[in-house]
Amino acid sequence: MAELKLMQGNEACVMGAIHAGMRFYSGYPITPSTEIAELSAELLPKYGGKFIQMEDEIAGVAAALGASLAGLKSMTATSGPGFSLKQENIGYGIMAEIPIVIVDVQRSGPSTGLPTSPSQGDIMQARWGTHGDHSIIALYPASVKEIYTTTIKAFNLSEKYRTPVILLLDEIIGHMREKIDLEELKNIEIYDRKKPTKSDDKYLAYKVNDGDIVPEMPSFGEGYRFHVTGLVHDETGFPSNNESVADKLLNRLINKIEDNKQDIVNFEEYLLEDSEYAIISFGAISRSSKVAVDKLREQGIKIGMFRPITIWPSPEKEISELSKKVKKIYVVELNAGQYFLEVQRIVSGQCEVRKYGKINGDIIVPQEIISFIKEDIYA
Amino acid sequence: MPSELINNYFRTETLPHIWCPGCGNGIVTRAIVKAIDNLNIPKDDVCIVSGIGCSSRAAGYLDFNTLHTTHGRALAFATGVKLANPKLHVIVITGDGDASAIGGNHLIHSARRNIDITTVVFNNSIYGMTGGQYSPTTPMGDKATTAPYGSIDPNFDLCELANAAGATYVARGTVYAVNILEKVIQEGISNKGFSFIEAIATCPTYYGRKNKKGSAVDMIKFLKEHGVMYTAWQKMSEDEKIGKFPIGKLYTKERKEYTEQYQMLIDSLGKESNQ
Amino acid sequence: MKKYEIRLTGSGGQGLITGGIILAESAILDGKNALQSQSYGPEARGGASKAEVIISDQEIVFPKITECDLLLSLTNVACNKYIHTLKKGGILVIDSTVDRPEREDIIIYQIPILETANEKLKKAFVANIVALGAINKILNLVSENSLEKAVLKRVPKGTEELNRNALIEGRNLIK
Repeated sequence: MAELKLMQGNEACVMGAIHAGMRFYSGYPITPSTEIAELSAELLPKYGGKFIQMEDEIAGVAAALGASLAGLKSMTATSGPGFSLKQENIGYGIMAEIPIVIVDVQRSGPSTGLPTSPSQGDIMQARWGTHGDHSIIALYPASVKEIYTTTIKAFNLSEKYRTPVILLLDEIIGHMREKIDLEELKNIEIYDRKKPTKSDDKYLAYKVNDGDIVPEMPSFGEGYRFHVTGLVHDETGFPSNNESVADKLLNRLINKIEDNKQDIVNFEEYLLEDSEYAIISFGAISRSSKVAVDKLREQGIKIGMFRPITIWPSPEKEISELSKKVKKIYVVELNAGQYFLEVQRIVSGQCEVRKYGKINGDIIVPQEIISFIKEDIYA
Repeated sequence: MPSELINNYFRTETLPHIWCPGCGNGIVTRAIVKAIDNLNIPKDDVCIVSGIGCSSRAAGYLDFNTLHTTHGRALAFATGVKLANPKLHVIVITGDGDASAIGGNHLIHSARRNIDITTVVFNNSIYGMTGGQYSPTTPMGDKATTAPYGSIDPNFDLCELANAAGATYVARGTVYAVNILEKVIQEGISNKGFSFIEAIATCPTYYGRKNKKGSAVDMIKFLKEHGVMYTAWQKMSEDEKIGKFPIGKLYTKERKEYTEQYQMLIDSLGKESNQ
Repeated sequence: MKKYEIRLTGSGGQGLITGGIILAESAILDGKNALQSQSYGPEARGGASKAEVIISDQEIVFPKITECDLLLSLTNVACNKYIHTLKKGGILVIDSTVDRPEREDIIIYQIPILETANEKLKKAFVANIVALGAINKILNLVSENSLEKAVLKRVPKGTEELNRNALIEGRNLIK
């Protein structure tokens, strides 16, 4: 029997997280993500989990990393300004291979910007916010139901690849309420980190066993007494200045994500089969783009939409294939053209790429996309 | 031949350490280990969390669950570890800059929560790892590479800070008064709440040389001559106190411990939903 | 049923966002699709507040409302700000304290929502529910049963009777 509910996007994020096994949340209040903290505070102790409001954004992500090492699936949520503050420790999570989920409910920036206005301005911050060379997983759902399922996916990927996973939301999908059927979401599979079995007396905390993608991960207090550091380290986990150790580690951290795109990358294709034109759009704005596609088709323009749900690593193969099929790709995003740069890089001249963006705090409505594309095609 | 204590508690394969000759960090690290040994806490139940700086490298040398974090954030990570698994004895190893400059916010809020973490600040009054810049505990007027004319920054009394913020056990030891240092760390670990121990250490390489404090031995001698047991300190006149500092247990108080409070919350909600 | 877009406006603290949620929940109880969104200023009380509800039998793709089918305005400030977003031929529901806007192309219901809540029901905070009763009488969007169910689910315990009466009084404001 259907279990229908009107649910807010931020609420669906918490419900999905708890479904995925989140038992620890630490964060700092910031609009428009605050409902995620509030609901976590209410629900986690009822599930035997822990919630803590930390003294700042940095402590929010740091405590979540600590709790994950102690064995609890952990999450923190924030918005642009807080996301900036968390970046150093996101890098720590990447380096030390600690699974956590960081939710960024994007708002208009830079700086304090328009705190209650929507934006998709953190696409590149999600990719390159922390310093140094690294790969990252960032997911971006577009509906309340998809926020629920994608939050679970974020946890699963973070556990499977032992890495922080960024869940991008925006003010629009974070705050809107939509119908969701909890019954049909009941049986989503959950992935838990693989733990070592205590037989090896020469335990190496950062050794990847044959056939595995990442090192097995025990929790603090389970008898392994391993060392965790943000310094370059070898298989023992202890710091090393050796160049070949650094080379091996940093490439392994990048490749565990880049080599597994097949498993990580998720996207939606909408009416692309016979398309001569394509829109690339994500999050709330993909909903405007979808309406625009329908209306443009009514007017005889063969157009479709490609929606990356996995923003990083980008669906390189799929976008490249698309660019061989269509005359032109329009990247429609609520920023000044961030993913546009990635699409341009992937397409590298195989078709024309144009951008449509906005940075004044307003949403992009279908009519402006329609006008832009028609003008462009008939110009 | 390393001592039994070293063999039992240090990851000897990670030695020698990075510290300079005459550095006090080794003495403080040993005192921590001795305190744990005296308390007979199983190694698997101890989690050492450190930040960034010379002292924070100690975590890597010790055979416990060890977490060497980012600059200033040891207490924030430690809060996550402790709240997630309250059974662990969480000990934070940090330096004066790490704990009170970049990490000052986490220090006062950990004390405010009275979360059961023991923090040992290795206070050598200087940023050693970056080559001798002044820290919040560098005495006013002293020189550093970033205070070439003498520091005009007033310095923190870390024990007063921790006490005011709510720590339930506050003590000071020095790398001279090792027995006292061991004892207060042991008491700090035993205290169910936030314990703050300032371990006055020596940095002959940067702080000492810059301020003409003599050899490592001279610096330790200074600690011997200027550290006064708190019981004696209380009887001293204001004039007698000038240039001296109190050591030993300074403050204790009774407050509710954070992770116990959270567990009570979980238990009460559990009862509610069972009804 | 066609897609119906409703914008509830007034000042912060008048319960318009709760009103929007209730309307959307009652539509879902009726087996329809509904999407509720909001916009707000930095202030929690006062200011111009707006809740939007889209109700449809179809999937609702674009989540925001540009031009609405029905506009509710409980204050002059809100009415002045949003009147231009009401479609030609659309329905305007305003409180009797709100000035009638000069638009000939719309249907206007000017009714004493705030007075009914304040004086008849003696509780200012049920104005949103009075408004919902009136709006649903005009549009017949959702079944009365679902609306009542949704109201009772969202309101504080002990205020059920009051809110039921608020719905009835709201309904009675439309002749």
